[in-house]
Amino acid sequence: MKGLSKNTLLIIYAAIVLLPFSMVLFTTFKTTPELYRNPLGLPDSWSLTNYQDLFMKESMSTYFMNSIIVTLSSVAIIIFLSSLIAYAIFRLPKKIGYILFGFFVVGMMVPTQVNMIPIYLLINKLGLLDTRLGVILVTVGSLIPIAVFILTGFMKTLPEELIEAAKIDGAGEWKIYSKVVVPLSLPSIATVTIFAFVIVWNDLLYPLLLLKSTEVKTLPIALLSFQGQYLTNYPMIFSGVIIASIPMILAYIFMQRYFIAGMTAGSIK
Amino acid sequence: MQSNNSAGKVIESNLGTPPYSSLQTKTKKRKVNTVLFWFILPGFLIYSIFYAGPTVFALYLSFTDWNGVADAYNFVGLSNYKELLTDSPIFTQSLGNNLKFTLTVLIFQTILSLFFAILVAKNSKKNVFFRAIFFFPTIVASVSIAFIWTFMYDPNIGVINSLLNKVGLEQLGQSWLGNQKIAIYSLAFVQFWAHTGQVLIIFVAGLQAIPKELYEAISLEGATKWQTFRHITWPLLAPSATIVIAYTTIQSFKAFDLVIAMTGGGPSHSTEILSTFLYHEAFTNFRFGYSSAASVIFMIIIAVITVLQFKLLKSDDVKY
Repeated sequence: MKGLSKNTLLIIYAAIVLLPFSMVLFTTFKTTPELYRNPLGLPDSWSLTNYQDLFMKESMSTYFMNSIIVTLSSVAIIIFLSSLIAYAIFRLPKKIGYILFGFFVVGMMVPTQVNMIPIYLLINKLGLLDTRLGVILVTVGSLIPIAVFILTGFMKTLPEELIEAAKIDGAGEWKIYSKVVVPLSLPSIATVTIFAFVIVWNDLLYPLLLLKSTEVKTLPIALLSFQGQYLTNYPMIFSGVIIASIPMILAYIFMQRYFIAGMTAGSIK
Repeated sequence: MQSNNSAGKVIESNLGTPPYSSLQTKTKKRKVNTVLFWFILPGFLIYSIFYAGPTVFALYLSFTDWNGVADAYNFVGLSNYKELLTDSPIFTQSLGNNLKFTLTVLIFQTILSLFFAILVAKNSKKNVFFRAIFFFPTIVASVSIAFIWTFMYDPNIGVINSLLNKVGLEQLGQSWLGNQKIAIYSLAFVQFWAHTGQVLIIFVAGLQAIPKELYEAISLEGATKWQTFRHITWPLLAPSATIVIAYTTIQSFKAFDLVIAMTGGGPSHSTEILSTFLYHEAFTNFRFGYSSAASVIFMIIIAVITVLQFKLLKSDDVKY
């Protein structure tokens, strides 16, 4: 009896989480009149018209590509630069290391909306407004603090003897970094990768601030403009939501353990 | 974890201090340093130019009356701050909304995540599966979450009102986002609906760290479930609770996407919060200086919460 009521509670919570998502999925197969006639039930037919329309009438494939370009480049640059910084902090004399660590990590306290005006002005001055490069640079700058924080914390736990041994073998800093420390730090690098991947793929603020034209828009900002365009054409908007979420959902299904670990490490900042 | 590291550091620095070795390491380290500074440089430049620099510049702008377009602007000292604190009903209203939003999320998210964390704390197959479902909304873009709930709340075809009609409670049906009195709470619900499963994981980690022997010992003494929770689980979970509370507070204080995409701060500013207030003052009203002053206040509030979090975490040194 007791086990049963516990399971009931868990199933109720799971249903509250999953119900809205399944409603969204069903809605994408309906027409707007059908939705108003039958908002809750299953669709009359499993027609993919709304998805087709999004790709035909809207530049959905362009938005998708833009999201991929912005996300992959940002995450790759963040990982590369932050692991270099973390390595240097780990290797430098303690005092200098602490100062640098503090300088980078203090950025975690700055909410992203605080410096959006100067960022907008700067990107405008550099002629990077409405370019993917502008968004990538700002995104990298904003996520370096948390990445450095997580990677430095991990590298501090590596045994010094390993590095000393590599040094005796005549390895330079670059070699120690790339051949010893990075391979050993892969768990924390995976954590940062997933964390940054989710944040950048879903980010609204910087694209909203810096991107205007169709050719460069990413998915979240494209979805926001659909809302203005299609108003209550939920089937159309939701087809966009599904398309924008698919890569993340697939990745989550196959790597949920890493996702949960990554997002949790990111939250304890 | 943190205390372990600092203990390690103390040992290391103690080992490194024999006087005769210091000269040797100094000359060695100097050669190493220059390469390491090259390692730091690219990240240092991007972070300084595109994040840290703009933050400092926001502080500078907050003392001006710049509109973002004109070439000239004046230094106005603290008058932006004065206006915000004494003569800006919308700013005050936004702060109040922040408070309503954050407190609602904090209370429900903390209690619900703790409750369900206890139910799924053990690493069985079933529990791992449920945790994955509860966590799922965390990976979905908040814009998408916003659209989903705009639909759920829709007064005509929304699921919430339809369900209320079905069970004969149609008098409770509402325009959930259109009613000024409740719109902010409707948004708060979406926030903790989306993030309870995320902080639940922090509690699960905390629960799994509690030694099983303690539970065995107290059950031998015949303690009830409530006594077990009161005397073992809760005190040993305090560090996790601090993290959850601090994280939830900061995260919900900074909410932006949900509000922009669901209500845009309306109706008549009833869901305006600091982050959207900043955005509208800058990019709708073109008061860059004024908006910057508000953002500095915003940053100070977040900084205070963060420092408090660190203080609390340090004082919460629970011994097993």
